Amino acid sequence: MTAATSTAHSIVEASPRSKALAGALVILYAVITILPLLWIVATAFKSQSDAIAYPPKVIFEPTLEGYVNLFTVRTRQTPDFIAKLPPPETWYDKLVRQRDMVIAGPSKVVPRFVNSLIIGFGSTFLAVFLGTLAAYAFSRFRIPLADDLLFFILSTRMMPPVAVAIPIYLMYRQLNLTDTRLGMILLYTAVNVSLAVWLLKGFIDEIPREYEEAALVDGYTRLQALRKVVLPQAVTGIAATAIFCLIFSWNEYAFAVLLTSGEAQTMPPFIPFIIGEGGQDWPAVAAATTLFVVPIVLFTVLLRKHLLRGITFGAVRK
Amino acid sequence: MTTISQPDDATVAGMGEPARSRTTRRVRGLSDRTIAWLFVAPTIALLLAINIFPLVWMIRLSFTSLNLSMSYLPLRFVGLDNFTDILGDEDVWMRLQTTAQFVIWSVTFQVIIGFGLALLINRQFRGHSFWTTIILLPMMLSPAVVGNFWTLLLQPQIGPFNSLISLFTGVPPSAFSMTGQVSLAPWTIVLVDTWMWAPYVMLICLAGLRSIPDYIYEAAEVDRASAWRQFWSITLPMTVPFLMLAVLFRAIENFKMFDMVNLLTSGGPGSTTELVSITLKRAAFEKWRTGYSSALAIILFVTVFGAANIYVKALNKVKQR
Repeated sequence: MTAATSTAHSIVEASPRSKALAGALVILYAVITILPLLWIVATAFKSQSDAIAYPPKVIFEPTLEGYVNLFTVRTRQTPDFIAKLPPPETWYDKLVRQRDMVIAGPSKVVPRFVNSLIIGFGSTFLAVFLGTLAAYAFSRFRIPLADDLLFFILSTRMMPPVAVAIPIYLMYRQLNLTDTRLGMILLYTAVNVSLAVWLLKGFIDEIPREYEEAALVDGYTRLQALRKVVLPQAVTGIAATAIFCLIFSWNEYAFAVLLTSGEAQTMPPFIPFIIGEGGQDWPAVAAATTLFVVPIVLFTVLLRKHLLRGITFGAVRK
Repeated sequence: MTTISQPDDATVAGMGEPARSRTTRRVRGLSDRTIAWLFVAPTIALLLAINIFPLVWMIRLSFTSLNLSMSYLPLRFVGLDNFTDILGDEDVWMRLQTTAQFVIWSVTFQVIIGFGLALLINRQFRGHSFWTTIILLPMMLSPAVVGNFWTLLLQPQIGPFNSLISLFTGVPPSAFSMTGQVSLAPWTIVLVDTWMWAPYVMLICLAGLRSIPDYIYEAAEVDRASAWRQFWSITLPMTVPFLMLAVLFRAIENFKMFDMVNLLTSGGPGSTTELVSITLKRAAFEKWRTGYSSALAIILFVTVFGAANIYVKALNKVKQR
């Protein structure tokens, strides 16, 4: 580095002015790119009329109506009817009555969220479990046609999801797996396992074989060596892989919309159909989007170091 | 670590309950070969069941005239009729053209913006790590949710996008509709896709830039090569393999694009943004023409697979240079 700092305009160590300019441009881009997301987060706190106001409102009086609407089903009543009711018990009852409406019950958002969680975690667990075993085998043993098998595993991911859904739809109809969580878990596991094998093979390849060999010499069996030596070393890689699988299942839409309709429906096909009186209930949609996106933002920050590996199937590692 | 370097008998024997040590004793006899197969088999079995078996079934169906809305009809084999229908259908060719244009333009913009951002971030200004994370957020989101909320942002009157454009150009916000106008809609899907995926290209390019060892630039500095010259003869050629990898991944993904566009424009107005995946979805899940759509799905798969193979070969050639 000393050689670089001596020459003022080297690319290796950029001059302060060019750094500042680069910084300003990147920050400008970052701010523009984040604006759409901020707008959605803000829309969740708007009232229905503020959300569809023209010109669009940047400054508005925040309300939790969007969130209340997201979680409830409401019916419109006459003011007389509402006046006759006993006083509202909760703040959200009060909020809804201001709009001449009464809460009729919970909406479907919680069951959909639970579906997303169950299908997401179920398929992630299975994919990482199967993927770890297969990746270990590919990494440590000589498997005939290993390269072909690995390519086959990857190629299953190249199919357009809509194309895969056609025979799966027929198959699931025969097996009574249509619109079931189990069916979705199996499908997402199959999609995720290819990513898991490729990523985990990379992570396990990086663990020196000497550790296991020492353990084997000392009388460990293969499985003991895997469990006590390799897995503890691979734990970060396994965690990163798991998060990638979870994000895929969490975000997936094509299979979900084509193969589920109720029972097993996840959040992505549900969110666009949160309807109020007269079309999409934008504050509620925005509230759902916000709640749906928050875990992804947290995971992105957690994954920063491994992001590159994850998105390139382990092809780029640094 | 201590258990690894010196596992005495106590650690191995004291591994826990008797049940567990019984299992370990049983598997002690397994050879590495058996373990390898035991470990790989479940994954392969799952992929055979969920990917390959349906694929084979779909190939069979592609030779039939099966229509699920008339599934009481006996299964009739029609030979290659579905394939000749598709390849002779001008509409399908139009959809493929729309898709190709979408792929080409979105990937081009993503490469320009992504590579530009990577060059800037590589200057390592203060706080670059934080801002990089912010820039990366869009690509982590669900494409369907993205497509859905952009419809709000792009509404001619109530959406902020048109108002923002009007602020800079003076065109009234209700004068144009990004998703409803034939001339704009194809660019709208390119815009949203670029917003989402430029960070992807950026991240891969950044890895490419960081893989270039400093001493090469130092040598160029000694030889008094201009910054321009350094870019063209060091930076660019050494990042090209990474760039091509990014292009490969993005092109495949965008060729298959369904979710984001389905929610943003659902193929409209007319069929100006109807990508081939949307055509496939309509044939399979709205018109229920299973035989026909199976054939189309196979054509798409072969296209992706073939293009990817050719591209990987080109990529390897670049790497060798």
